Order: sequence, then structure tokens, then C-alpha cells
Amino acid sequence: MLTILFDGIAYGMILFVLAVGLSVTLGLMNVVNLAHGAFAMAGGYVGVVLVNRLGVPYLAALPLAAVAAALIGVVLERTLYVHVYGKSHLDQVLFTIGLVFMASSAVSWALGSQQVFIELPGFLRQRFEVFGVSMGAYRLLVIGVCGALAVGLQVLLSRTRFGSRLRAAVDDPVVARGLGIEVGRIFLLTFALGSGLAGLGGALGAEILGLDPNFPLKFMVYFLIVVTVGGASSIFGPFLAALLLGVADVAGKYYLPAAGAFVIYSVMLVVLILRPQGLFAPRSGR
Amino acid sequence: MRAAAQAALADLGRWRWPEVAFWVAAWGSWLLLPEQHLLLNEVAILGLFALSLDLVLGFAGIISLGHAAFFGCGAYVAGILARLGWGDPVLGLLAAGLVAMGLGFVTSFLVLRGSDLTRLMVTLSVSLVLFEVANRMAWLTGGADGLQGMVVGPVLGWFAFDIFGSVAYAYSLVVLFGLFLVARRVMHSPFGLSVRAVKGNALRTAAIGIPVNGRLVAIYTMAAGYAGVAGGLLAQTTQFVSLDVIAFHRSADVMLTLVLGGVGYLYGGLIGALVFKWAQSWLSDLTPEYWQFWIGLVFVALVVIGRERVFGWPAAVLRRIAR
Repeated sequence: MLTILFDGIAYGMILFVLAVGLSVTLGLMNVVNLAHGAFAMAGGYVGVVLVNRLGVPYLAALPLAAVAAALIGVVLERTLYVHVYGKSHLDQVLFTIGLVFMASSAVSWALGSQQVFIELPGFLRQRFEVFGVSMGAYRLLVIGVCGALAVGLQVLLSRTRFGSRLRAAVDDPVVARGLGIEVGRIFLLTFALGSGLAGLGGALGAEILGLDPNFPLKFMVYFLIVVTVGGASSIFGPFLAALLLGVADVAGKYYLPAAGAFVIYSVMLVVLILRPQGLFAPRSGR
Repeated sequence: MRAAAQAALADLGRWRWPEVAFWVAAWGSWLLLPEQHLLLNEVAILGLFALSLDLVLGFAGIISLGHAAFFGCGAYVAGILARLGWGDPVLGLLAAGLVAMGLGFVTSFLVLRGSDLTRLMVTLSVSLVLFEVANRMAWLTGGADGLQGMVVGPVLGWFAFDIFGSVAYAYSLVVLFGLFLVARRVMHSPFGLSVRAVKGNALRTAAIGIPVNGRLVAIYTMAAGYAGVAGGLLAQTTQFVSLDVIAFHRSADVMLTLVLGGVGYLYGGLIGALVFKWAQSWLSDLTPEYWQFWIGLVFVALVVIGRERVFGWPAAVLRRIAR
């Protein structure tokens, strides 16, 4: 029981790190980015290549995966995404689905279409017994890293100059530009940060989520659930939504295997109908 | 005033020669390309499905990422009926369309409110829920193994389906043509114009006394029926239904198809289906595993360059010739 809760929390934490970038691009910048999972996949595969093929230590590979995904994010943002910021949602959907198709095919061409895992070092395979709950060191690491990231992001967004500039740029780009805030640059940095976090989540979570070329489509729904259920007004909303989703999914698979993902999709539908702004958004909305 | 409006509507609905040429070519393809009937049958079905999405997306402006829900619903209804022994294709198709319409009517109330994003998510989750339902109810749908053992009778008790797809293509083409005529008539009626007005500006449309929600429900229900019929056609002509009919990639494919041909002038879906199926078979001959890459590239390029600039041309040409 508690072990399921623990696994669910670890799973939810990973989902949060994966999806938090999307909650900014989709929730705040209003760009329908269905290709967000492709950045996570990129990070995951960078991790696979570094650890399994080149023998880089696991803990060193994680930040490298994040940096690689962030760089890919920067390049794509500058070359492609800037052109679709102002376009219709239909265009954004088409564009990002196209990107997903390309990313999936490219990965299966380069690295094969089978599911891969990152080899964990020995010290992460240990298990502890705490108050009768069996905990894997790997999942503890996941929870620790993701929890720290959540706190860091909250501080970054609410306490720093960058955070207030970002909120200003999102609320009213025209006025923000008039005040001397370089909106394009802020968006670029945000996009890079979101992609980097997704890449980190992809590498860190490869053990839990599994990694294959269909990753972006398979988890797209989960990311969208986190963003829509959590709302985009704070870091806290998506965080709680991701935890709920993680625990519900793990528990559902354990206790109600027959229901499958049915419960989760139905819950999302209900939330969407009753609270289109998200569960934790203030009722008035923006 | 009224006479002028009626004359304008009649003028809008007049048949122009490119349209006639299009349908002559479609019927001619049945006579002239007998070895392509299987592929052309798929084109006709995809065309009908894309036409259905065009009603929702091109005319009413609702972005749907889950249109496969209705396609799959129709396919399963036709498939299950055929397996239970009601193998008459026309009745099965009718049932497929009606059940899908029912589903469309019920779910249409979910897409009335909210922004593009909410609608996107709602349509997506409806199709995901249905996918899971189809997956879990294996006793009825065959689950992941697919629905097997369909026995489809001859069309109208006379034309049995053959392995070359000749009857299948003719059957699909007749259905497509019939439903196209209906859609064309509806879209050139005052009702169709009011639906377009909703897309243009829902608030102003409501202000001139058009019931916005009623229009959206009606068009969504109608489109769902079309998609259901398309699904039914696929089930009957291939005599097999798998979870594939309701999977996400089918919703994505049909959206890409429609956009390839151009949104909002009824022929877009049909032209797009032809281009999409042709490109798919050409690319998958070239690179069997990675054809999706090139399709993806086309769409990225399309959006970055500008859809209107690249693929507005069939509509623009049609308009120019027709004037």
C-alpha cells in the first residue's frame, strides 16, 4: 500500500518535471505544443547513448541530457517555433504533430524502434526498508531531484527578476516590450528551460516510463492532463496534478488493471468540462 | 430583398464546370483504373472522413483532435452487426451513421464551451475514452486482436464484394457522392451560411439572432454521422475492424489530409485524401519504415511557409475559374 504510494509519487514527480515546460508554453504562452514529449525523448536517448554506449557515469549523464535537450529546444525555437507563435491553433497543432512524426522516425532510424532502458549504477539499485516501506534508491533520487526542481522553479518564477519579466511578457507582450523587456529573448530562455527540464525528465524517468520512438505520442496525453488539470497559474497546480495522476495511475494499474487508463481519461474529461481553467486555478480565470 | 438573397444563395450553389469535371474524373477512375480499385476505395473512405472533419473544422471552426471517435464508432457498429448476422451492407451503414450521430449529438455539448485548447483536449479525451472502452470490451469488439468473423452480404442483395475491390470502390464512391451532395446542399443553404458565421465570430452571430449553440450541435452531429458512415464503409469493404480505427493517429491523419487539400470548401478533404494516400503509398514504397518522417516534414514546412500560400491554391484556382 505505502509502496504503491511511494512509487506513485516518484512517477508523478517525473511527470511533473516532464510536463512543467509544457505548462508554460501551452498554459501561459498559449502555444499548442504537442511536440513537447519529443524533447523529453531526445533527453532520454542522449542519456541512453551516453551511459550505455560511451560509459559516462549516470549522474553526469543527467545534466548533459538536460543541456542537450535545451540546446535542441533553442535551435528549434529560433528556426521554427518563432514562426508559429502568432499562427492559429490549427497551424500549431499541424506543425507540432509534424515535428513528432519526424522525431519518432528519426529516432527509430538512428537507434532502432525497440524499447530501451538506461543502465543504472549499482548504488541506485539498492533498496531500503523504512517503517516497513520498501524504497528503491533510484526512486528516492527521482523524488529528491524533482522535488528540488519544483521548489527551485517556484522561487525562480515568483522571486526573481526573470520570473516577473516572464509573467509580464506573457500577460501583455506589447506593454512588456514597451517597458524594455526583450520578449523574444524571454520566450527563448523559457522554451530552452522547459525543453531542458523535459530532457532531464526523459533521462531520469527512462527507467520508470520506458523509452521508445513512440514516447512523444504515448505520453503526450499525460502531459496534457497535467497541464489542463493543474492549470497554468502557478507551479503548484501542475505539481499537485502530476502527483495525483502518478499515484492514481500506479494505484489504478495495481488495483484495477481491468479499467486501464479509462479512469484517468474520464476524470480528465470531467475536469475539463467542469473547470476548463484547471482544478487549482482561481475561479475567475484570466 | 428576399428575392435578391435567394438569387445570391442559388448562385452560390450553382454547379460549375471544375466540380463537374472532378466527379466525372472520379467516376472515370472506376472504369479506367481497375487495378487501382483497392487504393481508390481507401481514398474514397478517407475522403468522406475528411469531408466530415471539414464540416466541423472548416465550416464551424471547431478544432478536433479526436474525430476518429466517430469513425471508429461507425466501424465497430457495422462490424459487430455483420458479425451477428445482419450482413446487409446498406442497413449496416445506416446503423453505423445513426449510432455515430447519436454519439456526436451527446458529445457535441462538451465542445460548445471553451477555447480552442479546451475543445482540442475534450475531443481528444472523448476519443481516448472510447479507445479504452473498445480495448476493454474485448468480448464485443475483439479488443487488441481485432473484430474477426464478419460476414458482409452483397450490396442491395446483388453485388458481392470481390477481392479486386471493384464493387467496394463503386459502393464507397456512390455513398461518398450521395453524402457529398447532401453536404453541398446543406452548406449552401441559409443554415450552412449561419454555421460559417459562427466560425467567423460567435458573439456577433448570436447578436444577429442566430442560435450559436444549436448550430454547432447540429453540424457536429451531422459530421459525426458522416464519419460513422466512413468508418462503416471501411469495416464492410475490408471485412475487418481493429483498434486502429479509433487510434489517435487516425485523428491526426485525417486532419493532415484535410489540410493538404485545403480547409473549408468541401473538396479539400477529397483532394487531400487523394494526395495523402498517393504520397503514403509512394513514400512507403521508398522507405517502408520511415515514411512518417517525410509526412512530418511536409507539415512542418507547410506551416512555417504558410498554409494559405502553399495549399490555398486548389481553392483559389477553383474560385478563379468558377467566377
